[in-house]
Amino acid sequence: MASSSALRADAGLRGDVGRRPAAPVRRRLVPYGFLLPAFAFYAAFMLVPIARAVQLSVYEWDGLTLGTFVGLRNYVAVFTDPALREAFVHALVLIFFFSALPVALGLVLAAVLHRGRVRGLPFFRTVVFLPQVVAMVVVAVAWRQIYAPDGSLNQALRAVGLDALARPWLGDYTWSLPAVGFVGTWASLGLVTVLLLAGMSRVPSELYEAARLDGAGGVREFFAITLPAVRGEVTVALTLTIIAALKTFDLVYVTTGGGPGTSTTVPSYEVYRRAFELGQVGMAAAVGITLMVLIFGINLVVNRVGDRSTT
Amino acid sequence: MTTSRAERSANYVVLVAFAAFALWPIGSILVTALGPETASVAREGRALHWENFAEAWVQGSFGRYMATSVVVSVLVVVVAVVCSIMSGYALGTMRFRGQAVLFYLFLLGIMVPTEAIIVPLYFDLRAVGLTNTVWGVALPQIAQSIAFGTYWMRAYFRGSNASIIEAARLDGAGTHRILWQILVPIGRPAITTQVLLTFMWTWNEFLIPLVMSPAGTVRTAPLGLAIFQGQYVQGTTLLAAAAVLVALPVVVVYLVLQRHFIKGMIDGAVRE
Repeated sequence: MASSSALRADAGLRGDVGRRPAAPVRRRLVPYGFLLPAFAFYAAFMLVPIARAVQLSVYEWDGLTLGTFVGLRNYVAVFTDPALREAFVHALVLIFFFSALPVALGLVLAAVLHRGRVRGLPFFRTVVFLPQVVAMVVVAVAWRQIYAPDGSLNQALRAVGLDALARPWLGDYTWSLPAVGFVGTWASLGLVTVLLLAGMSRVPSELYEAARLDGAGGVREFFAITLPAVRGEVTVALTLTIIAALKTFDLVYVTTGGGPGTSTTVPSYEVYRRAFELGQVGMAAAVGITLMVLIFGINLVVNRVGDRSTT
Repeated sequence: MTTSRAERSANYVVLVAFAAFALWPIGSILVTALGPETASVAREGRALHWENFAEAWVQGSFGRYMATSVVVSVLVVVVAVVCSIMSGYALGTMRFRGQAVLFYLFLLGIMVPTEAIIVPLYFDLRAVGLTNTVWGVALPQIAQSIAFGTYWMRAYFRGSNASIIEAARLDGAGTHRILWQILVPIGRPAITTQVLLTFMWTWNEFLIPLVMSPAGTVRTAPLGLAIFQGQYVQGTTLLAAAAVLVALPVVVVYLVLQRHFIKGMIDGAVRE
């Protein structure tokens, strides 16, 4: 070890003699050398496609013949085309189910579990986190069977005498979107709760003891101590789940295919359908870029609000 | 702490109910997968029908799909992790011009939805003959994983002990030796987490393999499952068995190394 490093130093010294100005330049290039492989892949398959998507989005192109330049018309269509507008409205409904509902429920669950100091929490954490690691396609297959006309949900409803409520959930114009959304609630709830529990475990327990000496009950404790302490985690949970809601594709593809009619179509499904089934490539690219901008915007707003409320 | 007995048992009720809710769909698909496939099989009276898995494996040609999934996952994990270690090392331990811009450029990629790039990816990779190849499915996912990996490994290298690096440098170790022989062995936990998360995301990915292989030559396991669902309409038993097979590799790895998964997904998110 020692001898080899001495040799190295020796070699470096000898190398410096002949071309002194070359060595610092080479050393300055070292960081770029380390970055090069990652950047090459990233640029070729992320940055270039983003630029190309922007370019495609100002053309009307069927994917085969020559495209025609249409300026911002595809983006105007995103807001005026009834089918696309409907898809974005559905995305808002999914945000409620993927994000708002799990965060609200997760806050209550995490607060109860944190206050209770129950045993077996690590095991519990492993179980409720499970929906996050199962492939969405598998989740979709499982829920399709639950929602089927003779699936376990309808069987349960009939067993307790609520036959009138039993229905083919995914084939129902009114209920298919909430049914798909509820799968998102199921998938998000564990992640959100584990995230919030981690945040609550960092709250110093003296704070709670002081509050209890003051005679604060569980509810006051929650609003006075727990909720302000986990604002950061709430921000993260909202960001993650809103993005998940906006990117929902496999779930819709497998459970409903956007149907019945167009009642469960979402922006990401429209990107796929228009580009690869309807030959509206430019329009699909415009929907994709709109989705990206929307995600950036929501990220910015949620984090801005989260930051402001902590100060 | 003073918590009444009633409150404590109420807490256990909440705990059990929540766990049951999380396990319900997973358990129901397991039960279906192990049930009798037809009424005549049911009359044999056995409780568990393990043969459903073999049957689903053969009928849905999952051998081929699983092999494709393994190849794609290994490619993405190896290339993305090696590249991320190097880029994270540069961004985390060195100072150079354009550092901040490059970092934010990589960070941006974490938020970019696949839907935004999938359209040009398909048409441009088709033009160069990469669709319907393993690379066509792997390369876009390598780029996505590098975005997260660079951010994740940079955080590890920034937190690594500067005095170790300094001591090694005084000892005459070059930048490569410091990285591969000193920092990488110490950083095994951080690297393991990235390997696991990248494996999970790649194995479970759906949109990229769906679009990048229109001829169906490079179908991954989740895609095979979606296709099996379309073909296999007589019953639910084999479909459920196939779903279990597709989910199994990631779930097994998760159950063994769950700390890494939970820590990675939560730390990765919080630091963002």
